[in-house]
Amino acid sequence: MTTVATPTTRVPRFPNAAAWIGVAPFFVFAVMFLILPTASLLVGAFQDHDGAFTLSNLARLWQPSILHSYSLSIEVSIASAFFGALIGLALAIAALRGGLPAWVRPTLMTFSGVASNFAGVPLAFAFMATLGRLGFVTILLRGVGVDLYASGFSLFTFTGLTLTYLYFQIPLMVLVIAPAIDGLKTEWSEAADILGAGRLQYWRMIVLPILWPSVLGASLLLFANAFGAIATAYALTGSFLNIVPILLYAQIRGDVLHDPNLGYALAFGMLLITGLSNVAYLYLRARSDRWLK
Amino acid sequence: MKSGKFAAWAAMILGVAYFLAPLIATFEFSLRMRRGEYSFDAYRVVLASGNFRDSFFYSTVLAFVTIIVGVLVVVPTAYWVQLRLPRLRGLVEFITLLPLVVPAIVLVFGYIKLYGSSSILPLTATSLGADALLMFGYVGLGLPYMYRSVETALRSIDVRTLTEAAESQGAGIFTILFHIILPNIRSGILSGAFLTFAIVIGEFTFASLLDRPAFGPYLQLIGASKAYEPSALAIIAFALTWACMGLIQLFGSGVRFSVDKP
Amino acid sequence: MSFLALTGIRKTFGAHAVVRDFNLSVERGEFVTFLGPSGCGKTTTLRMIAGFEAPSAGEIRINGQDVTHLRANKRAIGMVFQSYALFPNMTVAANIGFGLKVARRPAADLKARVDEMLAMIKLPQLAERYPYQLSGGQQQRVSLARALAPSPQILLLDEPLSALDARIRVSLREEIRALQRKLGITTIFVTHDQEEALSMSDRVVVMNEGAIEQVGTPSEIYNAPVSRFVASFVGTLNLLNGRIVDASSGAIDIDGQRATTARKLNGAKPGDILPMALRPEALRIGVGGDDRNTLAGVIEDVAFLGAVVRVRVRLAEAAVIIDTFNTGANDLPALGAPITVNFGRDDLIPLLAH
Repeated sequence: MTTVATPTTRVPRFPNAAAWIGVAPFFVFAVMFLILPTASLLVGAFQDHDGAFTLSNLARLWQPSILHSYSLSIEVSIASAFFGALIGLALAIAALRGGLPAWVRPTLMTFSGVASNFAGVPLAFAFMATLGRLGFVTILLRGVGVDLYASGFSLFTFTGLTLTYLYFQIPLMVLVIAPAIDGLKTEWSEAADILGAGRLQYWRMIVLPILWPSVLGASLLLFANAFGAIATAYALTGSFLNIVPILLYAQIRGDVLHDPNLGYALAFGMLLITGLSNVAYLYLRARSDRWLK
Repeated sequence: MKSGKFAAWAAMILGVAYFLAPLIATFEFSLRMRRGEYSFDAYRVVLASGNFRDSFFYSTVLAFVTIIVGVLVVVPTAYWVQLRLPRLRGLVEFITLLPLVVPAIVLVFGYIKLYGSSSILPLTATSLGADALLMFGYVGLGLPYMYRSVETALRSIDVRTLTEAAESQGAGIFTILFHIILPNIRSGILSGAFLTFAIVIGEFTFASLLDRPAFGPYLQLIGASKAYEPSALAIIAFALTWACMGLIQLFGSGVRFSVDKP
Repeated sequence: MSFLALTGIRKTFGAHAVVRDFNLSVERGEFVTFLGPSGCGKTTTLRMIAGFEAPSAGEIRINGQDVTHLRANKRAIGMVFQSYALFPNMTVAANIGFGLKVARRPAADLKARVDEMLAMIKLPQLAERYPYQLSGGQQQRVSLARALAPSPQILLLDEPLSALDARIRVSLREEIRALQRKLGITTIFVTHDQEEALSMSDRVVVMNEGAIEQVGTPSEIYNAPVSRFVASFVGTLNLLNGRIVDASSGAIDIDGQRATTARKLNGAKPGDILPMALRPEALRIGVGGDDRNTLAGVIEDVAFLGAVVRVRVRLAEAAVIIDTFNTGANDLPALGAPITVNFGRDDLIPLLAH
């Protein structure tokens, strides 16, 4: 007797068990090297030397020197984010919408990709060679009668650090905002045109309202980026400018009185600030994505 | 619009000036080592230095290991999430965002606390352990870019059909992943690889705090003690980063390099 | 005097002429369609009227005024785009009122006009919605209202229905036409869909490769095409090779069978072979009267298309397609059976060699 094969629903050759095993390394890695370290710091911020729950670490953040650090960090981050966003936006609009030759755009995008990664120690060296006491631009300006250092400027100050940070903040802005600018359909500008609007009216009534969530979101990204950066500052100013990452660096290295719980509290404060900025960025992005479908 | 174009050119020229000035200045400074004339002495000294070669070699090897581990972690995950576990996608993407939210210094601090000499898994106690820790840290730093690169490449090929076709030929999972999927997402992997390389070579924070003889801490040390060599190193570092980005453009897929968080 | 006049309009990009020697005169209140395949220059010509492209040569006059070099935002023209182009950051009401706001009309006037427009497109309940909350058809109607709100002198529509579902397309095109009639606004409509062109227009301009092939009413374009391109682009067509037997009496030889055409055979000599157009719906089954042409052949294919039954008849070498109405009779003609078809002398249209 012949048996007739009954059609069954197709059983996948690889049962889901294989899939779970396949993604296991990722999750093991994430837990061990991303989640647990961060979580352990957060927990440590609320523990004292014996491991009991305490808020005293956070309370100790309220000393003048540490508050000064946080405010310095926030100021540098806001300054470099603000100017980085403005200048980056201007450059992106100029390259993507300014009617420039076709090669400008890919060149700008590639350069931004490079420059946004050119942070840290090499960048500090580059700016020392440019605006340091014997720097190229310093000497150039002295040649036309402008003495930077006589008028109080120094690369190793708030201004100098901000200027240096801009070197990777501006390209980062260009990269982040480019998709939003690309999303500005030419039909909108033509529709506005034929309805009688002038160039300025088009920018004021249509482009700005559409772009501002993206610009704000990108600025927050830049802020968080600057806030967490340390290598550039360290290479540039040593421990001279006490921004929070440098404070933390010293703590970890044991350069100061070895007080790990204070370190955890510092880290918690940093994480709070960068975390909130990123959440705000994601929210703004989701909102503008929905508008623009 | 005439005035619009003028403003655009003005903005570009100012931008170019700001971005080229430090590069020109650094290059010029690096040529000043020999008194009175321009020369490549600074470069010669640097490239001949044993410390340079050792630390560069260390970082390069570390970068390769990081890339391999990164690929081994990311590719199967992206593959299975797309094929069989789509509900995990949100969670996985959130995890790949973490390295961008958590500053490097905070993360390495967490490593020291968790894997320090007085913990359950004292990785920092041994040289090899510390190397491994550094490597895993770098896998984390490169994760957002590597994952997005690979995921985009996977989405552009029909993963399901390829898998089913291979299955029907009797291929096992390892064959499928290594002989069929991997070759087809080569450009995505290469993009992620070059970016990881650029990140690892210049990285300072992790390497310094974990006390490893990498290129980043070497750069910082030179900057603190020498005059002209740092500029030469900066130019070399910049040229390396350019090369990586150029290679991404050449071999990478049309994966747009934007720091667009998903 | 015509309301919209294009004279000698030409547009070149580099060495390539996208629009060549375009001349057209449009009366006030007329609905004219530019019809043609992609790349024929119809959209470019429309954009030159709008002011988005400057002609390389030629002149455009609206109501007597030379607007050739006038900026787009000064021409008082309304335009509807294929992709709707509604401003995503503004509500429906704000979108519609945009042209009036830009012209600094007082708020009360603006509101009244917007309400009027919303009532006209029958969507007053959507005033406070955002474009992303609307369907494609709704967005296009809002787009129409926005274009008409500032009372422009000309309305331009650039393939406005191409992005919509087939069903919405039909109802929306009727709505557009009714609105246009009611307002009496001079309108130029661009499309590649010949059904839209024929059903909506007062006149149709058929374009091909940058030049005008024919201008005429829908009936003229369909029943009296002047070239092979026009004949085959608009509607289904039988294209037969006819050998001239006698030009003055219109005697033609088609595949060995005799037929007569009542149309002019200018300058054709006996022995010339001319393409002849024959519409499928002009053919009838059976032997006709003495004043009609008759062809005999064999049924090769029968396709049931719903309202129409399409029969393909094989002559000696050529084949003709006949469209007959579906009478509801269940039996369709049998494949392979012999069949006779007849058509009028007027229906055989000789075409200029194209």
